[in-house]
Amino acid sequence: MAEVFTTRSVKGTLDLGRKLAERFGVGDCIALHGQLGSGKTVLVRGLAFGLGVTDEHAVSSPTFVLVAEYAGRIPIYHVDLYRLDKAVAELESLGLGEMLQSGLVLIEWAERAADLPRPHWAVTITATGPRSRRFVLERVP
Amino acid sequence: MTAGGKLILGIESSCDETAAAIVADGAQVLSSVVASQIELHARFGGVVPEIASRAHLEAINNVIAQALQIAQAGQEQISAVAVANQPGLIGSLLVGLMAAKTLAWAWEKPLLAVNHVHAHAYSAALDGQPPQYPAVALIASGGHTSLYRAGSPMEIELLGSTIDDAAGEAFDKVSAILGLGYPGGPAIDKAARDGNPQAIRFPRSLLKGQSLDFSFSGLKTAVLYHVCGVPGAVRQGAEKGAQRLSPREIADVAASFQAAVVDTLCIKLRRAVKATGARSVILGGGVAANSALRAAVTELGKKHRLAVHIPAMKYCVDNAAMVAGLAYHYLQAGLTAPLDLNALATVRR
Repeated sequence: MAEVFTTRSVKGTLDLGRKLAERFGVGDCIALHGQLGSGKTVLVRGLAFGLGVTDEHAVSSPTFVLVAEYAGRIPIYHVDLYRLDKAVAELESLGLGEMLQSGLVLIEWAERAADLPRPHWAVTITATGPRSRRFVLERVP
Repeated sequence: MTAGGKLILGIESSCDETAAAIVADGAQVLSSVVASQIELHARFGGVVPEIASRAHLEAINNVIAQALQIAQAGQEQISAVAVANQPGLIGSLLVGLMAAKTLAWAWEKPLLAVNHVHAHAYSAALDGQPPQYPAVALIASGGHTSLYRAGSPMEIELLGSTIDDAAGEAFDKVSAILGLGYPGGPAIDKAARDGNPQAIRFPRSLLKGQSLDFSFSGLKTAVLYHVCGVPGAVRQGAEKGAQRLSPREIADVAASFQAAVVDTLCIKLRRAVKATGARSVILGGGVAANSALRAAVTELGKKHRLAVHIPAMKYCVDNAAMVAGLAYHYLQAGLTAPLDLNALATVRR
């Protein structure tokens, strides 16, 4: 069953991430879908704050480094497949197995992955206005 | 052409370039060889980490051999082996690190480890005037956008950095929005030449108070909305994105976006100069190759009577001459690295 959330600002998206964080733990994988500028990284920042990350600088775009790791109450792995090629973006080669054993994995541009772990969570973000966003959260079995 | 001074072999493989260089006394570049993976990545439509480290592995021996050959230097002439061991893609960093350790061990020379971003802050010193210290260094590339206070080549203190996208990443993503291709920096620079930088007033995100941090995510979104329409609003033909824009309009968007990035970088640079009292500024990183940024920082220097140190174009992109150059100061200070040196993917400093 899909759950729908809406936010009206960047702050609202941060708060949503904070609120949702308690639902996730070690071994969970969240695939984030949404266009450029839809707020994927903002939601990740909110989730990280909710999981005890305090450094305001900790979460930035991992587009260039592909994987960033943040130390919250559990390790948070922030993966970004923007630069990766769709056909060969095998998450195993980025160390997905080890990441899932020790922490929570958040994947931006997840549709470019050749393989996503099952089950996983999917968040689809749609811009409904200049600042307002719609989030659909569902469990992918 | 081997100089009489201390020659250092530098090795760099932190991201998409495999590079080796020989630099004498931290200043004179005797050779600088760079093998780029851009074509390889273009062929695969993106970066593939495993292919990237394999490409480094295939290139590294040739690149080092070429650097030695061009400098007409061998084991006897080299005083030390230097490597950028952080930050970067771990699989890529390890290739350069292993090569450097192996040569240092086999040749019985000191191993020197430098931070890749700090090396960018040294690139303006190559083949040119040594920078005046203390200085403010602005390092902007696809992966980094940071301001530092540099007390010397080795005393580098972080003043601020991007809280979301790097400046070079914004160039790449806006270039993709405009359909101008990868890498975005040169593509936008070229398109912007025919455009009006004042055509569209894109936001300059300065953050609260006197913050020395950067944010380019909002600018990227503003360009997207301008090109593809604001979500929720009906706009004729907006779904076609950049295809509905004329070459003139694309040039205007590129020029106006570039102006917003350059303005933001210059405002922060000026703030950092004020906050530190530095009388000199240093540029570095791939974005330092942008013609509008080079012109604006030169102008800023004239206006505020600051010494401006901008690297030659070939030393803006990733290269090993900056690694060998900076490492000379570590050698002089006796700061050598152990042979069990590690590579570090991310460092926040």
